[in-house]
Amino acid sequence: MTIASERLPVLTHAARRRAPLSVLLDRQSVFSWLMMALPLAFLAALVGYPFFYGILLSLEDRPVAHAGTFVGLKNFVTDLHDAVFWRVAINTFVYTGVATLLKMVGGLGLALAMNQHFRMKNLVRALLLLPFIVPTVLSTVAWLWMLDPAFSVVNRLLVALGWPKPGPSWLGDPTLAMVSIIIINTWRGLPFYGITLLAGLQTVPSELYEAASIDGAGGWARFRFITLPLLRPIILIVTLFSVIFTFADFQLVYVLTHGGPANATQLFATYAFDIAMGAGQLGLGASVALAMLPALALLIVALTIYLRRE
Amino acid sequence: MVTGQGRIGRAVRVWLPIGFFLVVALFPFYWMAITSIKPNAELYNKNVMPLMVHAPTLKHYVDLLTQSSFLLWTWNTMLVAVVATAISLVLGTMLAYPLARMRFAGASLIAMTIAAIYLVPQPLLFIPLADVINRLNLGNTLTSVILTYPTMLVPFCAWLLLGYFKTIPKELEEAARIDGASRLQTMWTIFLPLCTPGFISAGIFAFTLSQNEFLYALIFLTKSSVRTVPVGVIAELIRGDVFYWGQLMAGALLGSIPVALIYSFFVEHYVAGLTAGSVKA
Repeated sequence: MTIASERLPVLTHAARRRAPLSVLLDRQSVFSWLMMALPLAFLAALVGYPFFYGILLSLEDRPVAHAGTFVGLKNFVTDLHDAVFWRVAINTFVYTGVATLLKMVGGLGLALAMNQHFRMKNLVRALLLLPFIVPTVLSTVAWLWMLDPAFSVVNRLLVALGWPKPGPSWLGDPTLAMVSIIIINTWRGLPFYGITLLAGLQTVPSELYEAASIDGAGGWARFRFITLPLLRPIILIVTLFSVIFTFADFQLVYVLTHGGPANATQLFATYAFDIAMGAGQLGLGASVALAMLPALALLIVALTIYLRRE
Repeated sequence: MVTGQGRIGRAVRVWLPIGFFLVVALFPFYWMAITSIKPNAELYNKNVMPLMVHAPTLKHYVDLLTQSSFLLWTWNTMLVAVVATAISLVLGTMLAYPLARMRFAGASLIAMTIAAIYLVPQPLLFIPLADVINRLNLGNTLTSVILTYPTMLVPFCAWLLLGYFKTIPKELEEAARIDGASRLQTMWTIFLPLCTPGFISAGIFAFTLSQNEFLYALIFLTKSSVRTVPVGVIAELIRGDVFYWGQLMAGALLGSIPVALIYSFFVEHYVAGLTAGSVKA
């Protein structure tokens, strides 16, 4: 059906009577490539070129505002002998892993809670999405203030509930700082999981649940054998998306801790930033950023293939 | 499904979890709002009950608007977001239309490349891009971010529009073709007007993502007069150990309002786009 119109004799005759140029332009391939030329050139110049240029930079000793000298893999060797680099790698995996798990479980909980009948559902859904749409930096500043060492409202509430004064040092203690950035990332990302999974839940036919209930399946069995399997593709896609951008997170950590205390919350992106923009070592910084590539490439390829199959 | 619980039991089962999620989601915004209208005497007094405002004041807002370049940052942010969104919608459409409607060799390769580019996070590119922007002498110009934001927005818009375009029936276009319209005419006069909801979805997302962007703006814009709101707030309102929280929260709140407003008008489009399965989290 799609190409039937191309074969209609009327059209062919009409096309033949036109000037050759317009006939050429009428060809699907010519039209398509002409149409796509500008955006593709744009992406090649500002994504493709920087990408390969970044690989080149990582092989250079390149102080900012100076010409670079080719040093081969020296930057990567430096990384491997850098204790902070390994700390950064572990931090990034812990941050991504724990935050993703929390968002997935919490988001599923949110979706199940929202999938009941109640009034003002649209308003509630709109409000719950606010953490996700408000610019990250601005909401993170609010968290910075909520966890302020002297005037933290969280601690004042905890103390009021009987916690010994002065309450936890959220951003000053290495472990708690990691806990804090994970919680805040979860706070921001959970609604995305929740609302997307909710949309998935709403496509599950209610007949399935009714049939299962008649067969004697309880609430858990219905969830385990109907809801979860049907949601699996959506959970997979949402998780892959979220993992990629949590893995490469920058804003939240930059605002809250700058990677501190003592690199306890330093991630690949913030560490690369410190080396390249702070210390002015573009080459070494590029090598740290590129260290993300193997893990990211794996995820990106997996997701791209999955999206194509859809 | 019927478990014989009464209305109260049902209400508890709905509102207990929903209430919990709502309180957690909204508390930081509540805290932002009340901090911004508390006088300093209240903000930094540990003996005052913190969850309420006792003597509200607009002083922090007045200070913010008169002592910092906040209005200028807001203007910059809006300008950049609008232009970057417009560019991205146009370029995104130019990619999505052929991919949705034409058959040509290499189409699936292009589609996969666009999906992959969409998934490349900024931290992978910011160091080489900073060097490129420097060499083009674009540092400290809004052009630097207007050019770089579409690197993430174009693939995103293309992907979202591609999905939307495929849901539009082909019959109208086929009829126009039979009537002798060229491909460009068909696309422009017949097809694109049918796609307004798709453009609204993609546009809101692109606009929100532009407002949210921080890394490129932080690196490329170091002069106060060209900064965007997120960078200005972080770089200029956080000043060592001076007490500044009132102004900072006023800035965070005002900076969030444009996005929140647009979002509230188009929330259905936003959710539709979100659940179409592709947004950066």
